[in-house]
Amino acid sequence: MLRVQDRAVHQCDSGWVPVFVGQDRAVALMSIGFLLERPDDAVVWRGPKKNALIKQFVTDVAWGDLDFLIVDTPPGTSDEHISTVEALRPHRLLGAILVTTPQAVSVGDVRRELTFCKKTGLRVLGVVENMSGFVCPHCSGSGIHDSLLFFLLQECTNIFSKGGGEELAKHAGVPFLGCVPLDPQLSQSLEEGRDFIQEFPKSSAFPALAHIAQQILDTSQQSS
Amino acid sequence: MADAVGAARPEECPGTGSAQAGSAAACQGCPNQGLCAAGAAGPDPAEAAELRARLRAVRHTVLVLSGKGGVGKSTFSAALAHGLAADEHKQVALLDIDICGPSIPKIMGLEGEQVHQSGSGWSPVYVEENLGVMSVGFLLSSPDDAVIWRGPKKNGLIKQFLRDVDWGEVDYLIVDTPPGTSDEHLSIVQYLSATHIDGAVIVTTPQEISLQDVRKEINFCHKVKLPIIGVVENMSGFVCPKCKKESQIFPPTTGGAEKMCQNLNVSLLGKVPLDPQIGRSCDRGQSFLSEAPDSPATLSYRNIIQRIQEYCEQQHSQEEKMI
Repeated sequence: MLRVQDRAVHQCDSGWVPVFVGQDRAVALMSIGFLLERPDDAVVWRGPKKNALIKQFVTDVAWGDLDFLIVDTPPGTSDEHISTVEALRPHRLLGAILVTTPQAVSVGDVRRELTFCKKTGLRVLGVVENMSGFVCPHCSGSGIHDSLLFFLLQECTNIFSKGGGEELAKHAGVPFLGCVPLDPQLSQSLEEGRDFIQEFPKSSAFPALAHIAQQILDTSQQSS
Repeated sequence: MADAVGAARPEECPGTGSAQAGSAAACQGCPNQGLCAAGAAGPDPAEAAELRARLRAVRHTVLVLSGKGGVGKSTFSAALAHGLAADEHKQVALLDIDICGPSIPKIMGLEGEQVHQSGSGWSPVYVEENLGVMSVGFLLSSPDDAVIWRGPKKNGLIKQFLRDVDWGEVDYLIVDTPPGTSDEHLSIVQYLSATHIDGAVIVTTPQEISLQDVRKEINFCHKVKLPIIGVVENMSGFVCPKCKKESQIFPPTTGGAEKMCQNLNVSLLGKVPLDPQIGRSCDRGQSFLSEAPDSPATLSYRNIIQRIQEYCEQQHSQEEKMI
């Protein structure tokens, strides 16, 4: 997604050197993706091997001075999640952001994820409702502003319904960070490894993403 | 998949199910060392016999896999189950082995149901007379309960699902899996090697980021010698119900599943367009195929299901010819 799939990981005296993204090197990245011989290689590992690699990613990577370490996890509440929390516990774990789509089926899984956070003593920074609402580009480009069309637009905008994430946050007593609408341009940018924030500042997803980032920054400042 | 070790087993074989499988001194030179080391060699003979006995009345087994989460695998498994069970002469079973994220009970309208035990084992929960379901979801007392288990415990439950559930006579056993290529996938292939798996259906969306993971999934299938029935491309275009024009919400920047399947010589079973009704049916636990019989997505599903049936029946008649 960040267009660095062909890069390799090197060793230095203080450990593995992460892959830096962008000219300003503001983002450092580590992933098993960099350790595969071929991009199509499957990693067919049981839990113990995965756990060992996760520990290495935390302790053996020369991250340097970081303001934020963001950990992207697979779905679930299993080896990867338990190991990540254990490995990061000594390192000022700020908390977890839980991402859902608006549908009840997705919310159902995130309820269990919330329980995982509670049981492992992991603070919940908040819930994000992703893929929340979609505006058909043909309908919205029509330029007609009468109230009937507006009503019709409302109907066709909710491919995956809306509101499940906010309800979940309320039910669980955790902050609701916001809705990120479904924007095909966002999807396309990620596919092509382009900087969405730079290229589509007018996208409906941009203010949502910026607002969520700001809330995390505020929370981290309050914590320190 | 027959017991892979068989006559080639070395004298000091630690056992295909043991922790040293593939890595003990005796394993050097054994033709199955690679399989054992990957954890996919097969259960021990005693376990295998038990599983074979329990699953002997299952005619066809289909695994539903995905590389990535959120592509609609469970949605597809549910549609496949409903579609096959539409023929009331067919007995269909749906096994959900997504231990941490069991969505099948909700999608099948069975939330809150519990598993009952009888003399012959655990009873599946029936949606229709000819459609039974099993999931860890039925063993949890609250929708907030989390299953925070490492691999070995998950594997144990999967074995129990196969060994202790009284499936009865089943024409199609559909196994819904979590995304990826890890414990659950190795275990299900390992345990089912005692009997027979017709093949795997891999679900994806059109994006390259999803296809990248499908290629790994295909790689996994090759590694564990699991036949691939084909690939389903989900969320493939959206037809606006108002203006009827099509848009690509998840653009196929590298040619989508169609190009990938051509390149890798794998069947593309079909493409399912995005219909907002699909999500709503899942949330309400109703069969989308029944709720929206005229949707283009329903037509796609039905064509795909038919192709899967034809594949399974063809395999079966080929095997009968060989006997």
